[in-house]
Amino acid sequence: MAAPKVIAPEFREYPVIPIIKVDAMKGNGPFIAAPQYQQPLNFPSELVDNWQEKAIEKMGDLLSRYRSFQVYMDSCVKCGACTDKCHYFIGTNDPKNMPVARQDLLRSVYRRYFTLAGKYFPKLVGARDLDEDVLNEWYNYFHQCSQCRRCSVFCPYGIDTAEVSMAAREIMDSIGKGQKYCNEIIAKVFKIGNNLGLPEPALRDTLEGLEEDIEDTTGVAVRLPLDEKGVDILLVTPSADFFVEPHVDGLMGYAKVFHESGVSWTLSSYASEGANFGMFIGSYENMQKIALRIRKAALDLGVKRIVFGECGHAWRVAYSFLNTLAGPFDFLDPNYPVPQHICEFTYNLIQEGKLNFDKSKNDDMVLTFHDSCNVARATRMGDKPGGQMEIPRAVIKAVCNHYYDMPKDTIGDQTFCCGGGGGLLTDDLMPLRVKGALPRMEALKQVVDEHQVTHLAAICAICKTQFAKVLPYYGFSMDQIVSVHQLVSNAIILTGQETDDDE
Amino acid sequence: MSFLTGFFAVFFYVATFIFIAFTGYKIVQYVRTPAPLKIPAMPAPLTQGGVVVRLIKEVVLFYSLFRSNKWIWLFGWVFHFSLFLVLLRHFRYFLDLSNPIWFWVPLIQPFGKYASFTMIIGLTGLLIRRIYVERHKYISSPSDYLHLILLLFIAFSGCMMTFVVHTDIVQLKAFIQGAITFGLTSTGWQPIPASPILFLHLTAVFLLMIVFPFSKLLHAPGVFFSPTRNQVDNAREKRHIAPWAAKLDATRQP
Ligand code: HEM
Ligand code: HEM
Ligand code: SF4
Ligand code: SF4
Repeated sequence: MAAPKVIAPEFREYPVIPIIKVDAMKGNGPFIAAPQYQQPLNFPSELVDNWQEKAIEKMGDLLSRYRSFQVYMDSCVKCGACTDKCHYFIGTNDPKNMPVARQDLLRSVYRRYFTLAGKYFPKLVGARDLDEDVLNEWYNYFHQCSQCRRCSVFCPYGIDTAEVSMAAREIMDSIGKGQKYCNEIIAKVFKIGNNLGLPEPALRDTLEGLEEDIEDTTGVAVRLPLDEKGVDILLVTPSADFFVEPHVDGLMGYAKVFHESGVSWTLSSYASEGANFGMFIGSYENMQKIALRIRKAALDLGVKRIVFGECGHAWRVAYSFLNTLAGPFDFLDPNYPVPQHICEFTYNLIQEGKLNFDKSKNDDMVLTFHDSCNVARATRMGDKPGGQMEIPRAVIKAVCNHYYDMPKDTIGDQTFCCGGGGGLLTDDLMPLRVKGALPRMEALKQVVDEHQVTHLAAICAICKTQFAKVLPYYGFSMDQIVSVHQLVSNAIILTGQETDDDE
Repeated sequence: MSFLTGFFAVFFYVATFIFIAFTGYKIVQYVRTPAPLKIPAMPAPLTQGGVVVRLIKEVVLFYSLFRSNKWIWLFGWVFHFSLFLVLLRHFRYFLDLSNPIWFWVPLIQPFGKYASFTMIIGLTGLLIRRIYVERHKYISSPSDYLHLILLLFIAFSGCMMTFVVHTDIVQLKAFIQGAITFGLTSTGWQPIPASPILFLHLTAVFLLMIVFPFSKLLHAPGVFFSPTRNQVDNAREKRHIAPWAAKLDATRQP
C-alpha cells in the first residue's frame, strides 16, 4: 500500500499564531519496537500484563531520581507562554503539540496518582486515570516532540518538555512499548558499533576510498586512519559521515584540517558512532552503556584527546553528559577540554593563522547557518557563553565570502528545530517531519528572498538528513544543505597542493 | 472568647500549619531529589554567581516570560509586583512597629494601598486572556480559573476594607498578636473585630494558604529548583554525578 502523499503546509504570509485544530495529528504514532530490539536494551519484549501498575511505579521511580521531572510536574502555572513556541504545533496546529499540553498528557496522570488534589478532586485539576487511551496518546504525542528545548527557553520556570518526553518514553519502554526506530538503532550500536550497522571492513574500505578521492582532487595524500594506536586524537563522529551526502564532505573536511594541523588522529571501529540515542529514550543506563564505548576506545587506542564531529545531540551527550557518564578522563591530556568539538578545533587553528584558505572556492554559494537545537540550547563551544553560536559562524565566515543570518528570533537560542530530531528521523513519521520543518523553512525563505541565499549550512547529522529530505517539499532542492566542514574542505589550501594558478 | 474569635484563631492555625508543613515538605523533596545530568538552558552562566544573577532576573523581572509574550508578562508581572507590595504592607498586622528595623513598613503603606488596584488589573487581565485566548482556554482546567478568582476575591475584599468599609485595624492587630502568641502574653486573647468583609477576606486568604502546597502555586519555590535555570555551565571542567548514578560507576565497564 502506498503511503499517502505528504503535503507541506503553506508558508504563512507573516508568522501568525496558528488556530488550533483539535486532533489534527491524532494517530497511533511511529512503529513499535519488536522484541528483538527491546531485549538488548533491557526492556520487556512487549506490553506487560500489569502495565498500568508498572508505569505508575516507573513514574514514581523517575520522580525520585530526576529533580527536573519532579519540579516540572508541579510548577507549571498554565501561563501559556510556551503555547506558540513549538515547531510541531506551528506546523500541525494540533493543540496537543503545544508544549504545556504535551506535558499535561503526563502531568494529568502524575496528578491523579501522586498528588492529593488529583486523588480527591481529579476533575478540578485535570487529573486522569491511566488507561489504554492515555497510553496511546502518550505514545503518539511523545513521539511528536523532538526534545529541542525551544519551549524551555521561553518558560518562566524553564520547564523543559524534552525532560518530560524523555521520562514518558522511558516509562513506555519499561512497560514494553518502545519505539522501533530508536531502539533498533541502539541495539545495532551494541551489536556492531554504529547506528548504520557498518562493520569494520566496510568502514575501512570507505575510508580508503575517501583518501583516494582527496588525493585525486588535491594531489596531497591525506589520511583517514582507523584504529591506529598511540595517536593524539580520537575522532568520534556520527556514522552518517562515512557515506551520506553532504555529511561525507564534512568528514573529508575534518581530515584535511587534521592533516594541516600536523596532529595524528584516528577513528575507532569499536566506537564508530558519535550519536547516542540513549538520550532520546531518556534511559540513563543505555546512554551510559553507549558512552562507555568511547571511553573504552580512548583507553584501548591510548589517545590523548577526544574530538567530536558534526552532530547535534552527540555533542550534547559529549559536552554535557560524557564526563558524568563515562568520566573522569584524567588519563587524557589535561591541556585540552574533554571532549572538543571539531569546530572548536578548526576555529583555534584559524585563530592561530595555521590554515590557508581560498574563500573564492565557495563563491558559488550564498550561505546561512542553521543552529542545531542541541548545540545551541544544550552545549557550549569555546570558553565564553554563546560560543556555540559564534564559533561555527566564525568558521564559515573564514572560508566563505557570502554569509547572512536568518531572522534573529529563529536562530541562536531561539533556533527552530529542523523537524527531525529527538528520535523522529524515520520514514514512518514523514508527515510530522515535513510539517515540523515549517518555521525553519519560512526563515530560510526569508533570507533566500532578501539576500539570495543559496545554501543552508549545519553541524548536525540529523539536521542534514532531515533537510535533504524535506527541502524539496518546500520548493527548495535537496542539495541546498551543506556541512560546515564541507565548506572548509572546499576552501582549504593544503600544503603542497596544486592550485589552479600553478596550471 | 467569642465563637468567631475562636473559629478564626483555629482556622488561622490550621491554615498556617498546612502551608508551612506541606510547602516545607515539597521544598525538602526538591532539595533531596538529585539532578543527575547537566541540563542548563544555554547559553548559561559559567559561575555560581552568574546563576544567582540569572535567577534574580527570572524572579524579579520574569525575564524569560518577557522574551516570550509581552501581554502575559505585563499582566503577570503587574499582578506579582502588586502582590509583593500588598504583602509587605500587611507586615504591620504582625510586627511590633516600635522596633526601628521595621522603619520601612510605614513608608511603603501608600504603595501597598494602591497596589491593590494594580493587582486587580493584573489578575483581571490574566483571567480575560484565559477565557478569550483560544490556546490558553484549551490548557486551562477549572482550578486555573479558581486560583485567579480566589485571588481576585482576596484583592477585592481587601480593597473594600481599605477604601470603603473600614475595619478596626487596632482591634485586628490585637487579635492577631493574641493569636500568634497563643494568648500567653499579658494582654491575652483579644476578640476579632466584627466585620463581615474581614471574615470573607480571611476565609479566602486561609483557603489560599491551604491550597498552596497542593497546587501550581508551588511554582514559587519551584522556580529556584529548575535545573535548566539554576545549573552552572561547567560540565567539561567538573564531573557532575548524582548519588544513584555514582553507584552505577562501581559496576561499569571500563
Ligand atoms: C518567587 C516568587 C514568584 C515568582 C517568581 C512567580 C512567578 C510567576 C510567573 C512568571 C507566572 C506566570 C505569569 C502569569 O501568569 O502571571 C506566575 C503565575 C502565577 N502566580 Fe506566581 N510567582 C511567585 C509567587 C507567587 C505567589 C506567592 C502567588 C500567590 C499566592 C502566585 C500566584 C500566581 C498565580 C495564581 C499565577 C497564575 C496566573 C494565571 O492564572 O495566569 N505567585 N507566577
Ligand atoms: C492573615 C492574613 C491577612 C490579614 C489579617 C489581612 C487583613 C487585611 C486588612 C485588615 C486589610 C484592610 C487594610 C486597611 O483597611 O487599610 C487588608 C487589605 C488587603 N489585603 Fe489582606 N489580609 C491578610 C492576608 C492577605 C493576603 C495573603 C493577600 C493577598 C494574596 C491580601 C490582600 C489584600 C489586599 C489586596 C488588600 C487591599 C490593599 C491594602 O490595603 O493593602 N491580604 N487585608
Ligand atoms: S522540546 Fe521542542 S519539540 Fe518538544 S515540545 Fe518543546 S518545542 Fe516542541
Ligand atoms: S511556559 Fe512553562 S509555566 Fe507557562 S504554560 Fe508553558 S510550561 Fe507551563
